[in-house]
Amino acid sequence: MAQSMTLIILQTVVLLAVSPFIVGLIRKVKATLQCRRGASTAQPYYDLLKLFQKDVVVSSNASWIFTATPYILFASTLAASLLVPLFVSKVPLSFAGDIITVVYLLALGTFFLILAGLDTGSAFGGMGSSREAIVASLTEPAMILSIFAVGLTAGSTNLSTIVHKTALLEGIVTDPPPHLMALAALFIVTLAETGRVPVDNPATHLELTMIHEAMVLEYSGRYLALIEWASALKLLLFLTLLSNVFAPWGIATAPDPIWMTLGLAVWLVKVSGLAVLVGVIESMFAKLRLFRVTDLLGVAFILSLLALIFFYTLRG
Amino acid sequence: MIPLSLLVGLIGYSLGILLPLLARRRPTIQNMTAHGAALLGAVGGIGVGAAGLTAEVPYHVSLPSSLPLLNYSIRIDPLAAFFVLLISLCGAAVAVYALGYVREFYGHYSIGALGSLFNAFLLSMTLVVLADDGFFFLLVWELMSLASYFLVVTEHDKADVRHAGFFYLIMTHVGTAFILVTFLVFFNESGSFSFEVFRHPTRPLPEGMRTLAFLTALIGFGAKAGIVPLHVWLPYAHPAAPSHVSSLLSGVMIKTAIYGLVRVYFDFFGGAFPWWWGFIVLTVGALSALLGVMYALMEHDLKSLLAYHSVENIGIILLGIGAGMIFQSYGLASLAALGLLAGLYHTINHAVFKGLLFMGAGALLSATHTRNMEEYGGLIRKMPWTAFFFLIGAVSISALPPSNGFVSEWLIFQSLFLSFQIPDLLMKIMLPIGASMLALTGVLALACFAKAFGISFLAMPRSRHAKQAREVSPAMRVGMGGMALLCVALGLAPMLVVPALDRITAPLTGTSIANDLLSKGGLALTPVMGEEFASVSTPALGVLLAVITPVALLGAVILGGTLRKRIYKTWGCGLNLTSRMEYTAIAFVQPIKRVFSTIYQPTIKLETEFLQESRYFTKHRSFEVHIEPMFQKYLYDPVVTFTFAIADRLRVIQAGSLHLYLTYIFITLVLLLLITG
Repeated sequence: MAQSMTLIILQTVVLLAVSPFIVGLIRKVKATLQCRRGASTAQPYYDLLKLFQKDVVVSSNASWIFTATPYILFASTLAASLLVPLFVSKVPLSFAGDIITVVYLLALGTFFLILAGLDTGSAFGGMGSSREAIVASLTEPAMILSIFAVGLTAGSTNLSTIVHKTALLEGIVTDPPPHLMALAALFIVTLAETGRVPVDNPATHLELTMIHEAMVLEYSGRYLALIEWASALKLLLFLTLLSNVFAPWGIATAPDPIWMTLGLAVWLVKVSGLAVLVGVIESMFAKLRLFRVTDLLGVAFILSLLALIFFYTLRG
Repeated sequence: MIPLSLLVGLIGYSLGILLPLLARRRPTIQNMTAHGAALLGAVGGIGVGAAGLTAEVPYHVSLPSSLPLLNYSIRIDPLAAFFVLLISLCGAAVAVYALGYVREFYGHYSIGALGSLFNAFLLSMTLVVLADDGFFFLLVWELMSLASYFLVVTEHDKADVRHAGFFYLIMTHVGTAFILVTFLVFFNESGSFSFEVFRHPTRPLPEGMRTLAFLTALIGFGAKAGIVPLHVWLPYAHPAAPSHVSSLLSGVMIKTAIYGLVRVYFDFFGGAFPWWWGFIVLTVGALSALLGVMYALMEHDLKSLLAYHSVENIGIILLGIGAGMIFQSYGLASLAALGLLAGLYHTINHAVFKGLLFMGAGALLSATHTRNMEEYGGLIRKMPWTAFFFLIGAVSISALPPSNGFVSEWLIFQSLFLSFQIPDLLMKIMLPIGASMLALTGVLALACFAKAFGISFLAMPRSRHAKQAREVSPAMRVGMGGMALLCVALGLAPMLVVPALDRITAPLTGTSIANDLLSKGGLALTPVMGEEFASVSTPALGVLLAVITPVALLGAVILGGTLRKRIYKTWGCGLNLTSRMEYTAIAFVQPIKRVFSTIYQPTIKLETEFLQESRYFTKHRSFEVHIEPMFQKYLYDPVVTFTFAIADRLRVIQAGSLHLYLTYIFITLVLLLLITG
């Protein structure tokens, strides 16, 4: 029990501490590729601290939903992140939910964010909410199907079991093609869910293109800080899923301090690598028009469907 | 315990039918007696349900009747008890709500008739699930249909209400005809209408007859449940009724059809059927779920939106039951139990949150006198209680953790995922595709309820009606609060619900899975494959969310000191923001309409009238968007046209002469004698 509590608190601290760094790293990569020096990777930490200390301005139209949403979003995103193995393959909270629960916990945050976007009465907020709704609708089926395809190889939807079994290569029956297809599908889903180029651009405040930023346009001060932090957590969660579900090697398979330290280091390297990849993609591609996003997410869906079919047919 | 509760229930509802008719022209007394008696009846029903679910052996009582073949036979097994409990729980909450709601009908419509029919409706639904005799079942089924029809046409002075009622009346009787065929198939083999004989026939039904019974039951009960493509009446009839009745129609009545399907497939057929039966049910479920939610998204009449969501949720229930049937036909008993249990869990969840949401819609209707969402807005300030309860319902129906909808959809997801155990490749691939359809349905439902709640309750009032709205009466709030509490309880306490549901599925599938489903001392749910496989714990998630939120609050204070908040108007690009600049419901769903335009086939009409002086200034602009009702156009309209054409031709033989009709009777008699002789 004491050990479980320590692990949960440790994971919380690591998640909260590392997530702004990932955001800073992506920005740094983009800056480098644009031949700029760019802000330090510590900049997101200063931003958060500054935002926490600022006054908040709340619209006179807003209700308690607007005030509660940052906390609900933060809590649901953190709760979802606690179900994902980071540096040790079996998380103590794995009994509380599997990967479907992670998806739905994130949906809880999305739901309240959509409401908050509508709450102030601004047309920007409504526009963002409406777009978030369609992007979420198109990502979810691909996500569930790719998860199923991965879950099949480990015979489980429990993240701890999937990661643990894959790390030990224990009872894993798979061929590379379906695995890689599911990986590609989940990568597209990651870009869409975390609001990155080519689906959304986190660096823009142009009303024609923004999705996530439009929803949170009316937020300021500590509310904005919580939302930004939650977004960073969500990004880290997806990068962790990609690295630990598909290539968990290096993760500690028992809660042993030395292996856990090693696992932590390996995990940091992996998510940083993925963050660099995201940064490179953001620099290489232009943002898609909203109605072209459908095609991209359609590809993700077809890929995960093929992963599923190949999984069965290759095994005969 | 059971006989006493049964008696209380019968007396309650009977009093409720009679008393309101006696107190003529005194609406307050009629209201009090009708809904007070209904509450008593529902309490009796809750007793019957609770006792029936825990009883070791089914309770059976039978009264002979003067008619041949008819037996007033009642049997309370766990399946029947569960549905009685569901009907009565919702009935009780709705009865309390109705005490406040029907007040606005005073002086306009007969409260006596409304209250009396309300009781007759509850009584007939209770008897439908208790009946243990085919003839008796059809009798009370018909009573239920008629009572609900008269309730639907309460506001009979409105033409669209009459039309909706008529449509419903036709569809429900088509359904009844198909159910009659199902029972006749069984009767044909056994010579009895008793369900006991249906369960244990002396000789097994021939293959063709079994298929016929399967299909007719699916069509017959499906017409009542509102499966696609038999759903077309539902979005008309459910919203046309007074809101407390809509709540029962959508929350409870369509569940009697689910009861019928489970009774026929798992009880009468004893779970012995080919795989494609389950596959058909699954496909119908997936289609209903997806199309239901898609049409719901395009609805801006709050009650029609909720009605379409009933189509969706019936689909979700059938996904669970269909998966259970597929597993059953491959002999995977514990997985079959899981699928069926998940479907039944969603059945009670849907009854509770849909009942709640319809009550919320009724509260909005009585406060603003409109059902059009575009005329709401900002109601969270005027009606904080209604808003809060509606939000609970919206979160539950969107299956967000830790709500009850999440628990049952999670179980359905798991049973679809477990398809890898089926030895058939087609099913292995089709079931996960069903799961991805369920995922799409779930997130579209989320979008739909974000729209419904956001547009109705948030931002600025969009009309005079919304500005003048007031919170509804305490009775209505109590009714909604009770349902909201049930929603929360069903979500946070699956360890109490699962063993009760297991008592239903165990005799039907032959295996008990309650122990496999619960782990960590009941805190976590695991789908029959053990904790390693997958588990979810809504209590733990609830605690987690409840702990992180105050910690985040505290953390914010530590990092930034006490909150300094400034209230200021929303930035409107330099203009004064008015409600006309707000995002509307139509605008909100526009991207969805565009992406799925193959399904919607929308026609958009935009007419602009410019000022004479310059084409840069518009004088008048009208925008119209129309969604093609595909099923009506391509499926129903041809049938209607055909029927009218035939009727036109047949007019020739209707000359109105008595002699001619006597001749017809004579010819018929001769023909009949020739056939039977």
